[in-house]
Amino acid sequence: MSSVILRIAARSLTPLLSLASLFLLLRGHNAPGGGFIGGLLAASAIAFYAMALGPAPARRWLRIVPRTLLAVGLLVALSAGLPALIAGRPFLTGMWWHPELPFIGSLPLGTPLWFDLGVYLAVIGFVLTIFFALVEAEGEGG
Amino acid sequence: MNLLLVAPILIPLVAAVLSMLLRTSQRAQQSIAVIGGMGMLTSAISLLDAAADGSIQVLRLGDWPAPFGIVLVVDLFSALMLLLTAVIGLAVIVYSLAAIDLPRRRFGYFPLVHVLLMGVSGAFLTGDLFNLFVWFEVMLIASFVLLVLGGEQKQLQGAVKYVTLNLLASAMFLIGTGLLYGKTGTLNLASLAMLSGTDAENAALNVSAVLFLASFGIKAAVFPFFFWLPDSYHVPPVPVTALFSGLLTKVGIYALMRTFSMVFVHDTDFTRPLFVVLAAMTMITGVIGAVAQGEMRRLLSFHIVSQIGYALIGLAVFTPLALSGAIYFTLHVAIAKTALFLVAGYVLAVRGDTTLKNIGGLLRSAPLLTALFLLAAISLAGLPPFSGFFAKFALVKAGLDAGEFLLAAVALAVGVLTLFSMMKIWNEVFWKDDPNAPAGDASEASASSAAAARITPLTSSARLLYILPLACLVLLTVIMGIAAQGVFEWTDAAARQLLEPEQYIRAVLGGPQ
Repeated sequence: MSSVILRIAARSLTPLLSLASLFLLLRGHNAPGGGFIGGLLAASAIAFYAMALGPAPARRWLRIVPRTLLAVGLLVALSAGLPALIAGRPFLTGMWWHPELPFIGSLPLGTPLWFDLGVYLAVIGFVLTIFFALVEAEGEGG
Repeated sequence: MNLLLVAPILIPLVAAVLSMLLRTSQRAQQSIAVIGGMGMLTSAISLLDAAADGSIQVLRLGDWPAPFGIVLVVDLFSALMLLLTAVIGLAVIVYSLAAIDLPRRRFGYFPLVHVLLMGVSGAFLTGDLFNLFVWFEVMLIASFVLLVLGGEQKQLQGAVKYVTLNLLASAMFLIGTGLLYGKTGTLNLASLAMLSGTDAENAALNVSAVLFLASFGIKAAVFPFFFWLPDSYHVPPVPVTALFSGLLTKVGIYALMRTFSMVFVHDTDFTRPLFVVLAAMTMITGVIGAVAQGEMRRLLSFHIVSQIGYALIGLAVFTPLALSGAIYFTLHVAIAKTALFLVAGYVLAVRGDTTLKNIGGLLRSAPLLTALFLLAAISLAGLPPFSGFFAKFALVKAGLDAGEFLLAAVALAVGVLTLFSMMKIWNEVFWKDDPNAPAGDASEASASSAAAARITPLTSSARLLYILPLACLVLLTVIMGIAAQGVFEWTDAAARQLLEPEQYIRAVLGGPQ
């Protein structure tokens, strides 16, 4: 696809969509959203970029191989269960940490967010692994 | 203890993730696969050790109290099945080091095997029906990819049937789960077991029960839903078939035994005769299909079906002895059948073919393999002193005690036909002369060189990787036969825990109920 409009739109929309996906990830803690839907949005941002400019530039834009992202995401999600184990609680128990920050005050940070981040990365990796496989197979065939 | 209950899920997950990260290095993938398999085996042994005294271990994930959160529960039945998973997983992983080709390994064979093992372990561990559904899906998705990995045409043909039927089964499982939740407000097995006695005439419960029966029946390849299995199991590489035959249908049987002994016990006057018919028909159709086959892997695939029928006798007779026999039988048949598939893989590796009429003479060229096959085959057919004999003895005795004479007769007759079809493999593959070898010894030299050209020589290390897991499995079936009394003590206790779920309920929900 070689539409000029699409190419220019993709260049500016992909970073915006990625930012929006981060917003969804963080918002998901107390409101609709979360790692899964955020990951889907981020993956579709890169998929959009790939459709406008081709899979090879999209891979360069992403920098990381999707399958590695998938593996790292799973590891991050897994490690979210570990603090609970160290504290002697059942696996995956939510653990909280309340650092006092200037200006913001007490910021509740917990393992559920860390877990969600893992889901976010794993979903991006998973969707893009499949997406690139399909797009690149199509390129070979045609 | 805390970590031990999640270990059978975490270890394969970590192994899968690590081998995905290190996918460029074959050496790393192989070592991770073997270490992961050993780790699973260690954790399964410690879990069985913890459950052996009859206590039930419970872990509330995320510290959410049952029945609201997800619980992992290990009673003896789960612990035995987990040990089975680990043993077969490790055996197949070691075998795969030699038997899986490089392109398949590059595409991620080992991570997929670990994901499959994780799904199977999760299904055996969970104490929650929806969570069981999730683990079924994990297992199925991995099995879909393993089935088509390599992308040969016949693989895709087999996979279409497998995927369609299994997705249908999953949909039924999900609908049944939804109905059950709508009716009872819980999917925790312990609280369902508590409720099941109170509400005998309940349409929604019956609909769920039938949907679960059909769904698990498809997954376990019970008559009349068995036809997908022989059509798809012989197409992937042999280690994949061995893994599937050892574990996937057994998860279906496990789910049937778990739900129909703990939850759906409100109308046994209806379910018991139904299971009698299903067990008998599954045994008969499976073995008749097997006798008619002329290809080793297809023949063995039909035998999976017929053996599932035996395991169903446990639910058909529904006495402690019958359930205990069915658990013992499930353990026995998974090991013996996996061993037989591994034999078929060795035959395929050295002869390039598993069609019975095209091969022969392995008695002379591979005596050790022949001995191992004979032991596994006799055990499967149910001759003493191997594990198959004690498994069938317990089931037939339970049937006779309960007055199910026809079922017991069918079980015995099917045993004879099993022996017959095993002897068919023995005669064709091992005993008769190689049909491709030129007759007469006039041109001895040219005959041997022709034979040498056809028989792919295995390097001694590859041969060891083929034989070692096979020998271990065969040894295990022999040990299960010799130490039958010890194993039966476990399975008796496991059956009691299923039939009297009070202990399970107390362990999960806490407090005297």
